[in-house]
Amino acid sequence: MDSELTRMTASGLAAAIAAGQVSAAEVTEAHLARIDRVDPRVHAFLHIAADGARAAARAVDERRAAGAALGPLAGVPLALKDVFTTQDMPTTCGSRILDGWLPPYDATVTRRLRQAGVVVLGKTNMDEFAMGSSTENSAFGPSRNPWDLSRVPGGSSGGSSAAVAAFEAPLGIGTDTGGSIRQPAAVCGVVGVKPTYGGSSRYGVVAFASSLDSPGPLARTVLDAALLHEVMSGHDPLDATSIDAPVPPVVAAARQADVSGLRIGVVTELSGDGYQPGVLARFGEAVELLESLGAKIVDVSCPHFSYALPAYYLIAPSECSSNLARFDGMRYGLRVGDDGTRSAEEVMALTRAEGFGAEVKRRIMLGTYALSSGYYDAYYGKAQQVRTLITRDFEAAFEQVDVLVSPTTPTTAFPIGERADDPLAMYLADLCTIPSDLAGNAALSVPCGLAPEDGLPVGLQIMAPVLADDRCYRVAAAVEAALEQRAGRPLLDAAAGLDEHSEGERHD
Amino acid sequence: MAGMPIARADVAHLARLSRLALGDEELDHLAGQLDQIIAAVDRVQEVAAEGIPPTSHALPMTNVFRDDVVVPPLGADQVLSQAPAVERQRFRVPRILSED
Repeated sequence: MDSELTRMTASGLAAAIAAGQVSAAEVTEAHLARIDRVDPRVHAFLHIAADGARAAARAVDERRAAGAALGPLAGVPLALKDVFTTQDMPTTCGSRILDGWLPPYDATVTRRLRQAGVVVLGKTNMDEFAMGSSTENSAFGPSRNPWDLSRVPGGSSGGSSAAVAAFEAPLGIGTDTGGSIRQPAAVCGVVGVKPTYGGSSRYGVVAFASSLDSPGPLARTVLDAALLHEVMSGHDPLDATSIDAPVPPVVAAARQADVSGLRIGVVTELSGDGYQPGVLARFGEAVELLESLGAKIVDVSCPHFSYALPAYYLIAPSECSSNLARFDGMRYGLRVGDDGTRSAEEVMALTRAEGFGAEVKRRIMLGTYALSSGYYDAYYGKAQQVRTLITRDFEAAFEQVDVLVSPTTPTTAFPIGERADDPLAMYLADLCTIPSDLAGNAALSVPCGLAPEDGLPVGLQIMAPVLADDRCYRVAAAVEAALEQRAGRPLLDAAAGLDEHSEGERHD
Repeated sequence: MAGMPIARADVAHLARLSRLALGDEELDHLAGQLDQIIAAVDRVQEVAAEGIPPTSHALPMTNVFRDDVVVPPLGADQVLSQAPAVERQRFRVPRILSED
């Protein structure tokens, strides 16, 4: 029974709970048991909130017993990235500097989940302050890819993607600044969505790059991602950049799953050298599949996308160097070297040197450099102009087509350690995802098969205009349905990393 | 100027500006990596962008206002509960002014 419950979709679980076929408490116990069995190997979670989860599940069962109407995800367990503040759970952002920090307030996303009766199982691992593509930058050790435990689950939301792929939770939440939802979703074989910037609230999300950070859903099916998207999104007066407009009709689009007559553009710049052959092969097949389903396919050039990566690595570090100045060891978090002889400034510098990991230090210093007088115009100023040009590339493309597609990442999941001390190689993982972060439009990654050379999942990225998030879901649901019909089973059923027979063994 | 290699002394200066007390070994390691990263991001110089307005934010932004509603603030105990050091209901911090 337990393994059946953990294999179910979020929409299936919510329906079964609402119908009284299973209690929310049973669903939560099944997932906590699964976490006990597999998380010692996957390390998706930094904190497991068993008591809080049980209480939330009980409340849903009581509301149902009292005859109250339940929301579309009531009683469904979820894995929450450790960058969202939670009053009853530590929030560390994968950093030593916030080890054990208990925030005094809930993020808006956290609050909405609780109101919807979603059961938060715990907080998931991430690259420190969301900077990275592998979770190797976590101060608390990497998470592992359920398809192959020797490989990374992507990042920075790699704990959430691994938890969903390992059937520890049907739903996860991440944040996407340069690809941090879509890239881990792609390499773990799950669905991940970066909503339109401002579509989901940043209140209570510990800031990395404020003009880019976008919270969004992860799930095993397109419909589940859409259901979570609707629950977590919408206008928030506590976030000045929150869009005051209705949430795009993503659930209806996921149910529609129809691309006939849709114009789909293949971005010519997001292909070629540096892309793994198996990734390109599966991507090409997905495009053919879309054509066979009635979409009109055209090649579209976005000439400035080649400059998205360098522009991003000026803009994001600049914002990060400013945002992370708040970690000064004075009011909360780690404090090092306060022996009565040192000044506040010395203590601050010692605290930050010990509290931050290598990648965070690199980015703070890079941002400090790019914002220095004498360099500002050449670097930060120029990068902001490139950002305009990338936005214009999207606008021109969306005059010709309804959505754009590309591979989500140039390669499948890479081995743990391979790029850990090679920042430029690591940055390439976000080559295809960064343009939509810079332009703020909606983008989604959906699994489109396994690369033949390594048997690992490949993601198809679908990009849509600002506030047209629903188009991403429409296309992704069509691809998902056609591929599942062809294969006769969901893609994740092929994941070998966590075979039942190997459960209970520890991976070294 | 842009395009110049970054010197070890510049990296030490950046660390000071960033309030990071880094040792020699860490500075050496970072100097090499920052030099590589800066050489890579320097590619933005290739883009002809004269007359192109900068984008600081993904979507057009205007000031947002809300009603000034008074809500109960966090209590002192709650605010101080996560502090590294507390003295008489205040954050205790190391000395801020120098002796001279």
